[in-house]
Amino acid sequence: MRPVRTLREAREAVASGTTVRALTEAALAEARRQQDLNAFLELFDASALEQADRVDASLRTGTAGPLAGLLLSIKDNICYKDHRTGASSRILEGFTSLYSATAVERLLAAGAVIVGRTNCDEFAMGSSNETSAYGPVANPLDPKRVPGGSSGGAAASVAAGIVHAALGSDTGGSIRQPASFTGTVGLKPTYGRVSRYGLIAFASSFDQIGPFGHTVEDVTDVYNAMAGVDPLDSTTSSRPAPPVTLEHTGPLRIAYYRDCVERPGVAPAVREAMTALVERLQRAGHTVEPAELPLPDQQVPTYYIIATAEASSNLARFDGIHYGHRSKAASGVEDTYRLSRSEGFGPEVQRRILLGTFVLSAGYYDAYYAQAQKVRRLIREATLRTLARHDLILLPTCPITAFERGALAADPIAMYLQDIFTVQANLAGTPAISVPLGTDADGMPFGAQLLAAPFGEEVLLRAAAHLPTR
Amino acid sequence: MKLDDAALDRIAELARLDFSDPDRRAAVLRDMERVLAFVEQLNTVDTRGVEPLVFMTEEENVLRDDVALPGVSKQDALRNAPVKDSDYFKVPRVVDKG
Repeated sequence: MRPVRTLREAREAVASGTTVRALTEAALAEARRQQDLNAFLELFDASALEQADRVDASLRTGTAGPLAGLLLSIKDNICYKDHRTGASSRILEGFTSLYSATAVERLLAAGAVIVGRTNCDEFAMGSSNETSAYGPVANPLDPKRVPGGSSGGAAASVAAGIVHAALGSDTGGSIRQPASFTGTVGLKPTYGRVSRYGLIAFASSFDQIGPFGHTVEDVTDVYNAMAGVDPLDSTTSSRPAPPVTLEHTGPLRIAYYRDCVERPGVAPAVREAMTALVERLQRAGHTVEPAELPLPDQQVPTYYIIATAEASSNLARFDGIHYGHRSKAASGVEDTYRLSRSEGFGPEVQRRILLGTFVLSAGYYDAYYAQAQKVRRLIREATLRTLARHDLILLPTCPITAFERGALAADPIAMYLQDIFTVQANLAGTPAISVPLGTDADGMPFGAQLLAAPFGEEVLLRAAAHLPTR
Repeated sequence: MKLDDAALDRIAELARLDFSDPDRRAAVLRDMERVLAFVEQLNTVDTRGVEPLVFMTEEENVLRDDVALPGVSKQDALRNAPVKDSDYFKVPRVVDKG
């Protein structure tokens, strides 16, 4: 059987007589062969093969869903009924989901096979997959390097050719930055477009579930199956979510953040490839006009204040009582809360809970949290103004390519600045996608990023599918 | 903004986190100071007259019919409890007999 990397290839294989069970068995074997990547925390052999048999039966009776043949991994912060879910944290060691995320339900109904759950930064807090309680993930393109984060295992599971697509979550860039680092496509949908029901909350006004794949086509198919209102998540939009198809667009008006490309710290290969991309877009008949990233030095601080504040509130539920780790050293109820949380959460999660608690505390709320919410409004308004005049915004996904493990571990600020080009979409609630653009002298990939107006997934995905990356 | 020991104790108490170990205290104070210096950049933005952005959704008053739907069963609710009996979560003693 020749390698099947994409859903399109899987459909071709199935059409020529391969069973989904055979594809699933091959993926499970491949995941084991590449277990040194540490991309998967668990393989769901039994349920994956049962689902594969159901999909095969549906293909025989002509009742197959649109994703029949798709092999998928899910990030360890997305619930799947009767399966372990742990946000790569000790505090959820042994936790079994009581229900499935709406995204998971919809993908299963569409015929996807869920092969396993992927490693990530603990509670999705990190940009290198190094904060996981279960060890770092290796980048399949160079095992010394990180795959990015927080959805590092998700990106690696696709880049390594194990699954066709992966579900990740993106709070400040956690899908797009690892996509850039692994040469995959990663989509963060509009805030409210995909249900967050069953996603373990990090920062509720930023979090979105989204897909990784090798092609924009596969990412679009997965997105189409998930998108739309969900009565179980009242922040989902009631706007219709018609399936996106990938026709060519007419000439587009594109705002290009030249300051992001020329700013110090951007790798030369990224700069050259972005400049060449702009020229190709212009030759293809699109209008590309320079624009500026609004409040460039304030975006990451704004994000960190609001996201950690929301995290400190969301993570208050981990108390050692109802589920998760309970300290054996504790006596009394206050001690149980304090010690269970201190033993269960890793250092980065504790740092962010502390920061979030601080910015919400009496005496500091107005200076930090309220000020950040005001700056967020300014950033969103500036973003929407640009997107009222242009169909898309173009910028790099990340200033650099994948770095070596440990390279940024000692400096939280350097790690936070990984998000400098990706947080805008989360601050403003817009959709954004990273598509592979080129490689540096070491052969490490990097992506180009496109943003569209809220609920502009159609133009975003169409433009991404036909982006003249070479 | 400099965070002192008393402030760290207060935040740790609110967050129900234990930072009594001297090495952990020193490390987190150092990190918090760097992060707070980093976020100070927000003070350079003039936000007079700007309303805080609180809600990211454009949906308003999302209501459902008042009908009872199946919830989590007692058995399921207890399934992940670290300490339990057949009917209840078991918690440590709350009132000290003194």
